[in-house]
Amino acid sequence: MTVSLFIPCYVDQFFPEVGVATLQVLERLGCTVDFDPRQSCCGQPMANSGAEQAALPVYRNFIDVFAEADYIVCPSGSCVHHIREHYDILGRSAQGDRVRSKTYELCEFIVDILGNPLLEGSLNARVGLHQSCHGLRGLRLASDSERNETPFDKVRTVLRGIKGLTYVELSREDECCGFGGTFAVAQEALSVRMGKDRLADHMANGANVIASADMSCLMHLGGLAKRENLGIEFMHVAQLLTAANPTFNHAGESRQHLDTAV
Amino acid sequence: MKPASRIPHASAAATFIEDNERTSWHDASLWHVRKKRDASAHGLPEWEALRQLASDIKDHTLSQLDTYLEEFEQSATANGVQVHWAATAEDHNRIVHQILAQKRIDAIVKSKSMLTEECGLNPYLEARGIEVVDTDLGERIIQLLEQPPSHIVMPAIHLRKEEIGQLFHERLGTEAGSSDPQYLTEAARQHLRAKFLEGTAAVTGVNFAVAETGTVTVCTNEGNADMGVHLAEVQIHCMGIEKVIPRWEDLGVFTRLLARSATGQPITIYTSHHHAPRPGREMHVILVDNGRSEHLGREDFRNALKCIRCGACMNTCPVYRRSGGHSYGSVIPGPIGSILTPGFDLESSHDLPFASTLCGSCSDVCPVKIDIHEQLYKWRQVASEAGYLPLSKRLSMRVGSWLLARGQRLRVGGALARWMMRTLPKSMFYNSLNTWSNSRDLPDAPETSFRAWYKSNRSNA
Repeated sequence: MTVSLFIPCYVDQFFPEVGVATLQVLERLGCTVDFDPRQSCCGQPMANSGAEQAALPVYRNFIDVFAEADYIVCPSGSCVHHIREHYDILGRSAQGDRVRSKTYELCEFIVDILGNPLLEGSLNARVGLHQSCHGLRGLRLASDSERNETPFDKVRTVLRGIKGLTYVELSREDECCGFGGTFAVAQEALSVRMGKDRLADHMANGANVIASADMSCLMHLGGLAKRENLGIEFMHVAQLLTAANPTFNHAGESRQHLDTAV
Repeated sequence: MKPASRIPHASAAATFIEDNERTSWHDASLWHVRKKRDASAHGLPEWEALRQLASDIKDHTLSQLDTYLEEFEQSATANGVQVHWAATAEDHNRIVHQILAQKRIDAIVKSKSMLTEECGLNPYLEARGIEVVDTDLGERIIQLLEQPPSHIVMPAIHLRKEEIGQLFHERLGTEAGSSDPQYLTEAARQHLRAKFLEGTAAVTGVNFAVAETGTVTVCTNEGNADMGVHLAEVQIHCMGIEKVIPRWEDLGVFTRLLARSATGQPITIYTSHHHAPRPGREMHVILVDNGRSEHLGREDFRNALKCIRCGACMNTCPVYRRSGGHSYGSVIPGPIGSILTPGFDLESSHDLPFASTLCGSCSDVCPVKIDIHEQLYKWRQVASEAGYLPLSKRLSMRVGSWLLARGQRLRVGGALARWMMRTLPKSMFYNSLNTWSNSRDLPDAPETSFRAWYKSNRSNA
């Protein structure tokens, strides 16, 4: 199966190791993975700020770049949600509709499209799982605490083969972290307060790793934790998978290698 | 009623949050209500089906609202009820005043009604020499404090019992320093009882109006609406036109959802159905439009009129819980208020759709399945198109859009930004101009982007 990677702009620039881990997981699962360097962003930062019209060139670029892709897989629920739900202003077109419907978040791709294979590994970690709101309530990656539905969780499902990984129980299992895109700077006080409350929940319940299928939440929480020297680790789900199983890294690539590339 | 001057939500919220301890308390109080709602909602296996049914009934009703309103008028009139139509808030207030003036009534008791709050009925009547006593306990508290409600179901939720003890000591003569809720409630009860006996007219809000039977249904926990209505010569029920539902048998769908969503109760303590005036007395129903017809014409936003005013979206909203109802500066605060208020007056409320992270919790607790967070997103677009985005935001969005429209531009721009972050003095990025970094560190700026890594490790190009 050929998969086209969509690596969100800020992941590309600030969290390349998450992109690498995503690539390694997909390759490990037998996918042929390509990355088209013409890609950039989904346009959400502009659109969530009300500037949907200004985001149109970004939307068009996304559709053009992935026009021929069989599947587009992205390690961010938030970006995928934006592409699926908010590209309507492009109007209907066979190409646009097809690209949007073929765009998947990593966990849902593994569970729903690849047939939910077991990814084995071992990692001693007490994980506080942060469900990003757009993944949770936008893409329905898991059941949420508001609705009365049969519990399910595609993120935990993907991680089920990792021995030694335990989840801490949070007092508020799926409250927002307060990132919210430009909300983080436009409503700084609220955003910071929400983030601190979220961190306190994870810390109080004994997490040593906060993991998520979305790096944007972790960028916000991680920035707060670093400032406060909380000494807690932040890992994307793809990084948990690769850290738990060194054989994922078939080419022997490491972060060190990352830093030496040009 | 529009507040005289509105402080932007972001500033009001920042002020609220300065009191760390009160913020924690406010957040915890409302979260407690949300948890009670969860326990109650999750106890009904058919919960999601009920939500869907309620949503469908409301969608259907809104699609032929005129028909159902006329049916309601006919049924109610046949029951001996006097039905009035008010196109605006002013019309509504004038009608209430005329009814009272005809009977030479100079004091009324009023139970909870967000509509009369919206119309500014209290100041209107008071300016004409009529005493208005709000009889819902929370409403009475904030009326004595001359504050607007901070929540549509729990109007005084922002106040602690000690503050209420102090108020009651000053105004109702309770013991100084006493804040025992039962003691204070008893004092309010005695105080209100006297007011009930004095009141010759009772005004209530309306939760549901049944077109088929001409009935208005009023839900309270304190029985204050009933007490008022039963003692008064004239009963006046004020309702927004979106409150009508088609049939008597539809009512149960909503009463099962309303109290569970609001407070986690299976049903409100009092659910009273007013069909007709008692012999020799008067019953009036005022149907108020006040911008609702116009809102009905907005395709993206019309289904906000499905709202049954349970307040669940406020209790669940992480922003509301940490900023308080008054920070919104709108009659209806919280997520639902932030999608209703811009429809009434975008100019004074264009920042409200931005008072959200778009987490979507509001839409998932909503008992009538209003897509609240999607409407917040859409109102942002409307506000932006109407020119309400600050210039700095408009410019940065244009630049961002150009930069992000091509991978090549991101590559060059990103590399430059990361190089600057690595080499320039930290103060360039950690200063008061960058609100990100007041309390948060920036992510590390790696030398290699993913795309550069890919090029040297995978790409054959």
